[in-house]
Amino acid sequence: MAEAVETQVHPVAARLAAWDSGVVSGAETFRGELTITVPREQLHRVADFLRHDPELQFTFLSDLTATDHFPLEPRFAVVYHMLSLPHRRTLQLRTWTSGTDPVVASVTSVWPTANWHEREVFDLFGIRFEGHPDLTRILLPLDWEGHPLRKDYPTGGPR
Amino acid sequence: MPRIIDTAGGPAEAMVLNMGPQHPSTHGVLRVAVEMDGETVIRARPDIGYLHTGIEKSCEAKTYSQAITLTDRMDYLSPLSNNLCYCLAVEKLLGLEVPKRAQYVRVLLTELTRVASHLVWLGTHAIDLGAMSVFLYCFREREEILKIFEMVAGQRMMTSYFRIGGLALEPPTGWLDRVAAFLESFPSRLVEYETLLTENRIWKMRTVGVGVVSPEDAVAWGMSGPVLRAAGVAYDVRKYFPYSSYEEFDFDVPTRTESDCYARYLLRLEEIRQSLRIVKQAIGKIPAEGPIRADAPGIVPPEREKMKTEMEALIYHFKIFTEGFSPPAGQVYQRIESPRGEMCTYVASDGSPKPFRVKFRTPTFVNLQALPLLCEGRLIADVVACIGTLDIVLGEIDR
Repeated sequence: MAEAVETQVHPVAARLAAWDSGVVSGAETFRGELTITVPREQLHRVADFLRHDPELQFTFLSDLTATDHFPLEPRFAVVYHMLSLPHRRTLQLRTWTSGTDPVVASVTSVWPTANWHEREVFDLFGIRFEGHPDLTRILLPLDWEGHPLRKDYPTGGPR
Repeated sequence: MPRIIDTAGGPAEAMVLNMGPQHPSTHGVLRVAVEMDGETVIRARPDIGYLHTGIEKSCEAKTYSQAITLTDRMDYLSPLSNNLCYCLAVEKLLGLEVPKRAQYVRVLLTELTRVASHLVWLGTHAIDLGAMSVFLYCFREREEILKIFEMVAGQRMMTSYFRIGGLALEPPTGWLDRVAAFLESFPSRLVEYETLLTENRIWKMRTVGVGVVSPEDAVAWGMSGPVLRAAGVAYDVRKYFPYSSYEEFDFDVPTRTESDCYARYLLRLEEIRQSLRIVKQAIGKIPAEGPIRADAPGIVPPEREKMKTEMEALIYHFKIFTEGFSPPAGQVYQRIESPRGEMCTYVASDGSPKPFRVKFRTPTFVNLQALPLLCEGRLIADVVACIGTLDIVLGEIDR
């Protein structure tokens, strides 16, 4: 099971807490991997800090995806996997958004590579990214109805 | 087809050309809408999704072991790398330790996959740029590697040979001799390709200085693999976050600084040489005898012999194949260096026998996004060189 970590113990969590003590709403490690949860409103600020802080330098965004926890609320977790090449560190950043109005701030201004990842999450989960330059479907046809990776979407398709 | 380029307000002579979805140089079904002024590319917009099959959604309806076969079908030129990435992720989730013998076999086979994949890349890239004969030579050597895969896994392409906890089958007697014979003959063939291309004037005119991307841009756009290393960033997952005992192998990570199509060509050839080095060491390391699967009853299927003599083994076998196994709730992220770059699998478990969410971070999905960066402002013919040099596989881009 995942273990909660004291924010002082892990260097990345400690650095974040030292920068802004209220920003980390949860930190845990599972199989040696650190996951930090932040409030949705703080996401862009935190991403910008992680990317530019000289002690962290998470310059490489590997991945951006989401998980659907239907019927729980808040329903969606948006997950960011990043990498600090100079420090050889990895980090999973997570934030939650509601099922009724799923919207998260776009991080394309921090990592340009987030562009297609965010379009994919929008396409398959229906989560909107505020501030994205071109939030359109990417894998499915533009006139597709529904978002297939949601848990209430049948595996065999709607028909 | 949807209009993805709006020409209003652009130069009056600008014209929009659709490359693909069916076009030989797009290596599958990729559409690139190119806005041109004469022969100069003003804007290029890749349009993907033509091969989307919902692999991630299908994984959620399968047990952890069943989902392995789906991973073959993403990057169909390096199925074993996909198998490895997924299996390592689930093994991490379970906390399984795979026996050394299986780890070395995995290293050997994934490095051969890298060689085979780079050979397909070289052949198709050369054919895009008009060098027909290289393609035939490359496929000749690749065939030999596929025969080794067939010998080991029973399949040439969709191998599914790596299973959770180890390997599917005991490798057949004499397979290492075959690998050794390949290592013996292949280096001279590699020299043959180089004599055809490296100093070839047409080849250099088509690739030198084409598709340049700065190291800062490459990192910001999340590019990985040979494209990133040709820009001078020495990020190789095998060195940064070793998996499957890569830390025990001696190899170099080649880098270049020119960051053009030609540099990527030279770099991939050097990577083939490094892979051969690893394969050679692996042959020496693989013990002749020993377990190929982890000792984990209830997760790894029992041996046939045990099922005939032990009641418990029979029950486990039944349970594994009827309902699967339940890993602890949690989420893991596993990175590997696939032939195309950083490939990752994100597995989230809710404690049930089926994955709660599986996400594959496929390297060329991310690399392709930066195509406009490589070819805007250049000639239309360079778009073909740039697509080729990114080494895209639409199966893994669209999933």
